[in-house]
Amino acid sequence: MEVMGWGRYPKTTAELIQPADSQALQKFVSSQKKSASCIGRGSGRSYGDSALSEQLVSSRFLDNFLELDEQQQTLRCGSGVTLGDILKVCIPRSLFLPVLPGTKAVSVGGAIAADVHGKNHHLDGSFCAHVKQISIVLASGELMSCSEQENVELFRATCGGMGLTGVIVEACLSLASIPSSYINQKSVVARNLKECFEHIEENADSKYSVAWLDCLATGKNLGRSVLYLGDHAAAKNRKTDTMYRERSGLGVPFSTPSFLLNKTTMSVFNSSYFALQKRKKSSATLSCDDYFFPLDGIANWNRLYGSNGFLQYQFVMPSESAFEGITSVLEKASENGKGSFLTVLKKFGEANENLLSFPESGYTLTLDFKNEAALFALLEELDRIVLAHDGRLYLAKDARMSEEVFKASYPNWERFMAIKKKYDPDNCFTSLQSNRLGLTP
Amino acid sequence: MKVLIIGATSAIAKAAARNYAEQGCSLHLIARREDQLELLASDLTVRGASKVSHSVLDLNKFKEHEKILDAAFTELGGVDIALICHGSLPDQDKVEKNFKQAQKEINTNGISVISLLTELAPKFIEQQQGTIAVITSVAGDRGRQPNFVYGAAKSLVSTYLQGLRGKLLPYNIHIVDIRPGLVDSPMTAQFPKGPLWSSPERVAEKIVKSIRRGSHTVYAPGYWRIIMFVVGVIPEFVFKRLKF
Repeated sequence: MEVMGWGRYPKTTAELIQPADSQALQKFVSSQKKSASCIGRGSGRSYGDSALSEQLVSSRFLDNFLELDEQQQTLRCGSGVTLGDILKVCIPRSLFLPVLPGTKAVSVGGAIAADVHGKNHHLDGSFCAHVKQISIVLASGELMSCSEQENVELFRATCGGMGLTGVIVEACLSLASIPSSYINQKSVVARNLKECFEHIEENADSKYSVAWLDCLATGKNLGRSVLYLGDHAAAKNRKTDTMYRERSGLGVPFSTPSFLLNKTTMSVFNSSYFALQKRKKSSATLSCDDYFFPLDGIANWNRLYGSNGFLQYQFVMPSESAFEGITSVLEKASENGKGSFLTVLKKFGEANENLLSFPESGYTLTLDFKNEAALFALLEELDRIVLAHDGRLYLAKDARMSEEVFKASYPNWERFMAIKKKYDPDNCFTSLQSNRLGLTP
Repeated sequence: MKVLIIGATSAIAKAAARNYAEQGCSLHLIARREDQLELLASDLTVRGASKVSHSVLDLNKFKEHEKILDAAFTELGGVDIALICHGSLPDQDKVEKNFKQAQKEINTNGISVISLLTELAPKFIEQQQGTIAVITSVAGDRGRQPNFVYGAAKSLVSTYLQGLRGKLLPYNIHIVDIRPGLVDSPMTAQFPKGPLWSSPERVAEKIVKSIRRGSHTVYAPGYWRIIMFVVGVIPEFVFKRLKF
């Protein structure tokens, strides 16, 4: 069957295996031929080619909750459970996931493999900082447990390891308690990038913080933006405090013609969005879904970029070089007339010890680009800017980075390879991405 | 609500059980594999079921049916909804050449359900209320070349349910016949999937809704009613030449 990531680029054909339980999965992996390769796949929400291989091992049926301990605030569940499923169970008990990415469709296995981050990374770190234990099926077919206390090197390589150490089948997560599921949002308008950075620094104690940028604004307006700050609203002692209302919104039933997205429509969208937000009330109370997952309200929004799909470009740069680096990236993109609907800026806290995790102390910028031939040369130029500013790209979004760029920006890749060799000597687990990046032959 | 689910570890049953668990129901589960049942029981507890119990049985052991249902009724203290979900999808080419295998498949998909219904009916009559819902299949609507052994067993059940529905009407007991179309589950893992396929979650949602509404014969998803109507009106002299 034809498969692709969330960016709908690249596409490949692969065999889909859907084990009914972890024993079936163990049997499948241990009966694999030496030459065969496979990779775990959850909800298919990584953008590029990290969950593409000859065979895809789906966690679809590994979707059982195992235990919820309300006293200890921990949850054990299968890797196919989605973050949305968890919220449905947790919010009525005044519990919450400590880290939420931009979509709740992500599976627990995928969130661990990509070590995803949320709008609170500057305070709470990434998803794996709250993972207490992982059960993983190794290339031998053996089921192994790892955590910060046991099989530590396997744990460090599996968190953020893009599925290359094995297939995650279960995990134990720490939960956080919340007064209510509502978020008090405050928006702050910044006229340029410098102001935006200042606002972010001034509001570093806000629990959630993320900025939307008008990426086509140039000159003195470069980096004009709206910073969205959020904190959990206090309980009002009403039933609705811990009620989880799921939105069911519109969907995009088919790919829209991609010529609709050009420099003109992009810049009209960006300027009008900015103008609109500038006038809007600066504080509001939003439901959990509206605050954390605005895009989930439009099912299959990825089809808006046309049948060729799109590429998301997310990088992080250390604080010292971030302002200069992000300015050059924005200048370069608008110079080439390539715009993006959603350009998002966020401050990261300290890096963790996971070998291939993306976040490091500094600033991260995300841009969406429609897939077209001329784009790839621009992205290579952006790569050079990112490297020159000691930055790196997010593997869960990447579909095209070169081996050289990867190895120059992820200093722990050799240590990762050594651990992979130990647990997967025959390279049973490979993805199109790991082949491209030189992590697997 | 008290819900009894037979064949509880099938993909559709699991999705329906989760739906009831989220509503806070008490559930009793019956299936063949104990490890799977235990896994599902803990899942349903986390999702909000007020109580979950289970018993293990290979449903082709008809003699055990009475005992296992007695235990279920005692465990739950009466049953509001009994949902029968078990089944197996045989390889048509193999079973049409081997009566022993055909018999086994007809037992699993047909006779075992009749045996369960025979035991369930008096228990429900005694309660004077409740719903019995059975998952049959669109395959039972007309015997088609690729799966008529499976289809025959399912239509046996559908016909039985039509009669039973009238018999139990005076006792305030309702019968729902659910006919799913192509469902993407572990049972159909070997088939290539197309646009007509739907997810177990979608089918389960329809099941829960139709039980609540008191529907009679339900196609899941609904467009299968149109498809099967069209299949039904094809003249036999044409139909006998069709290989689908």
